[in-house]
This record gives sequence, C-alpha cells and structure tokens, in this order.
Amino acid sequence: MRNSRTLRVLQAAAGIGALAAGWQILSMIFPHYLFPPVPEIISRTIEVLITGSLLADVLLTAARIFGGLFGAFILGGLIALFIGQSKTAENFVAPVLTFFQGIPALSWVVFAIIWFHGIEFRVLFIMVMTTLPAFTFQILDAFRSMSKDLFEMTMSFRPSRWTLFRFLVVPTILPGILTAWKVNLGNAARVVVVAELVGATGGVGYQLLRQQQLFDMAGAMAWTLQLVLFVLVVQQTITALENWLLRYRAVSERAM
Amino acid sequence: MKNGEPIIRFRDVTKIFPRPDGRGEFTAVDRLSFEIDKGEIVAVLGKTGCGKSTMFNIVAGLIEPSGGEARVVGHDPFREFNFFRGKIGIVFQGDRLMPWRTALGNVLLGLQILDTEPKQAEETARQWLMRLGLSGHEHDYPHALSGGMRQRVSIARAFAVDPEILLCDEPFSSLDEMTARDLRAEFVRLVRQNNKTAVFITHQITEAMQIGDRVLVFHRPARIAYEARLGARMNEPARRDVSEEIMRVLAIENRADKP
Repeated sequence: MRNSRTLRVLQAAAGIGALAAGWQILSMIFPHYLFPPVPEIISRTIEVLITGSLLADVLLTAARIFGGLFGAFILGGLIALFIGQSKTAENFVAPVLTFFQGIPALSWVVFAIIWFHGIEFRVLFIMVMTTLPAFTFQILDAFRSMSKDLFEMTMSFRPSRWTLFRFLVVPTILPGILTAWKVNLGNAARVVVVAELVGATGGVGYQLLRQQQLFDMAGAMAWTLQLVLFVLVVQQTITALENWLLRYRAVSERAM
Repeated sequence: MKNGEPIIRFRDVTKIFPRPDGRGEFTAVDRLSFEIDKGEIVAVLGKTGCGKSTMFNIVAGLIEPSGGEARVVGHDPFREFNFFRGKIGIVFQGDRLMPWRTALGNVLLGLQILDTEPKQAEETARQWLMRLGLSGHEHDYPHALSGGMRQRVSIARAFAVDPEILLCDEPFSSLDEMTARDLRAEFVRLVRQNNKTAVFITHQITEAMQIGDRVLVFHRPARIAYEARLGARMNEPARRDVSEEIMRVLAIENRADKP
C-alpha cells in the first residue's frame, strides 16, 4: 500500500513536472511578458506567501471561500433535510434550485452589485447562491440513500428525533457531505475570483485584476497558483478527514 | 398490566395495505387472535408472504393495525410508542449493524438511545459481547466480522437493553446450518436464563420445534391455522407427530395457493 502511494505521488509529480517543462520551453520561444520562466513564477509565488500584506489577500479570499461554502452548506443542509421529509416541499423547492443552478456565476455578481452595497455581503451572497443548489442536492441524495433497515432497527429502540438525527442521519449523510465539500470547493474557488475581480478591493481576484492592468504575467500566475495551492491543501485536508471519518469502510486489496 | 394477563395479546387484528400499483388493497393479517404469556418462547411458522413479518411489525409498534386490538404488556405498541422504550428488543433477519460503528458501538446503540450512564453502558455492552463469544472483537467494524459474528453482535444489541420481550424475525436464516444451530441454542439459553418472553419467526419447521415452547402456524393472510404446545418433557414420537401435522397444514396451504 505504501509503495502504491509513493508511486501515485511520483506519477503526480511527473505530470506537474512535464507541465512546468513545457511552460519553460514556451518561455524560451516566446517573450517573457507572455510566458515568464518557471523560476520567476516560483519566486513570485513564494514572495506572495512570505509577504504579510500580500498573504493577507490570499487569506481574505480563503475566508470568503470558507464563509460562502459554510453558509451554503448550512442552508443547503437545512433545505435538504426539510424537503427530504416532504415530497410536496420537494416539488416546490427542487425546481427553484434547478433554476438557480442554470444562472451563471457572473449574473449573480451583477445582481449582487445592483442589490447590495457592502463588498463582503456581496461576495458572501454570490458564493452562497452559486454553491447552494449543489450542496442541497448532494445532501438530499445522501439523505434519500438512508437504509430503511437501519432506520427501522434504530426506531425499534424508540429514539427521540434528535437522537435519531445524531445516531443515524448524520453518519448516513456524512459521505455525501464530504463529497459535496470537495466538489463545491473547486467551484467556489473559481466563483470567488469572479466576484472579487468585479466588486472587491482585496483578495486574489482583485490582485489578478491588478496584474492584468500591469500586464504582469508572472504576477498573474503567482496569484493563480495561490488559489490552486489553497484548493489542493484544502482538498487534501478533506480527503484526510474523509479517510479518518469513513475508516469503517472495507477496502478491497485490489483497490489499494 | 394486571397479574396473569398475557404479555402479548392480539384480538381480531387485521392489517390491510394498499397495493403497490395503487389498484385496490390486500389483507396481510386477517382477524388474528393469540396470546403469549410471560416467559414463553413462541415460534411462528408460515410460508413466505403469509403476514408473519406484518404481525411482527405490529407487535414492535412499527405499523398500526387496520382493525382489532393489539396489546403488549397491556399497552398499544403503536400509539404508546415511547412507553416501549427499552421494553422490546428486536433481532432482525439481517444483522442490521451500523457499518460506521464497531461491534462495541453497535451493542451500545440501544443503551445510548436509552440514555444509560456511559460507563455503565460500556460495561453492559462488553459483558454481552463476552457472553456471545466476541471478546477481542469489540473494536472490529462489521465488515471485518463473519456473518455469524455479526448476527451475534445483533443479538447482543437486543439483549443489552434488557428488554421484557424479544422479537426475532428469521434471525439465523442467512447463516450456515452449523452456525445457525449454535446460535439457536445460545439464544434459547439466554432467553431462559434472563427470563424473557420471545416471539421467534421462522419458516423452518425444525427451527420452530427446536426453539419454541409453542408453535403457531399461520395461514395466508395471517391467521392461526395450527397451534401446538411443545415443552421440554414432550417425547420424541409426540414431537414427530407435531412436526408431521405442521407439514400437513403447510402442504394444505401450499395447495390452496396454487391456481
């Protein structure tokens, strides 16, 4: 198992290495303002990470992503549990969420700018509205997959609603929640940049806008990599959490 | 419940379900009447689909009868749902273990629901696992246990809450005969030792004869077609006669089903 993990890490490193090598070759062919050399991009990326005022922008974006995702998760979870118990409620709410899913993130940005004044509230609103349907549907699916056999078994002990929720509903929907977080994290990282690009005075999106105005490709890459690194770190954290929380699952040796 | 009153009493209990295709209804239980006394082990036999499990669910309070009166320790098991907290233990056909809980966690489930003091609950759960030969497997997840071991955990879970009544719905039907025989003997020993009342649903005549103080054979829809009192002192020829009579009743049921 350890060997296969090492192999996977090596394969991933080789893929990224090939991408960097390709970019470096392009930087030798084209002018540096279009394709800056890889070492320059790396040094600019590190500069952002070690410069307090620049790192603050990364952390601000991270906070906005977490805030939006957390808001959508709470709201989506409540909606999913509500409509999961009533077919009539689902008939009313599900089409609205599907309608929301069809609205582009940029439209939400425009709506937010027209409707609200505060920057943070605008970003929060955009993040929540763009990730809410996915959270709701994923948690609803997990709720629906609850085993009738386990439900009856638990009910045979006559639990209160709260106990039933804690002992059966939460563990049942947990895998769905973790998947929803992983899926929505990528979406949220993309949406937050759009939101910050248009309506914010700080954050990775705002910094990207500045690099575009300065025509600084190395800077644009450095700020993009901040977001990529952020998503990778959070994804890995969620995966580690998932492996620990779902450690009860049997794994076939063939799957290792 | 008054002294001498049966622990389970069904009087003309009927259960009618709508058909799944929405066209009409079907009767699963038809004016079923029987009584079970404290300390009895009653085996309920019948063909698949004869309404045994419906009767079981009515006793468990999971469904409400359409007519008649079902009483368990003198109370309505469906309407007085919370009265029965900790009074009924159920061993289901499958083990129904929560895959995210260890063997110990699964046995603890009922105790936690009943708000038993955590230290006391863990001690009780460990004791039951030990009594069922699962010491050393407390921290194993269900996927790491064999079918027999999982069913032992589910028996421990049912006994751990110290219920007055045990309901068992073909609990050993998915196990190999050797394991099933051992668990059956273990189950009867535990029921007797702990002075419980048990209703044991099965479709195997040998199992019913081995376990029950009394055997009820169900018609389809559920109504008593035959009843026999067994008892430990019953000699072998008499047991054989009962067994043959049960086979005869079931054969009649079989013929009645054929178009």
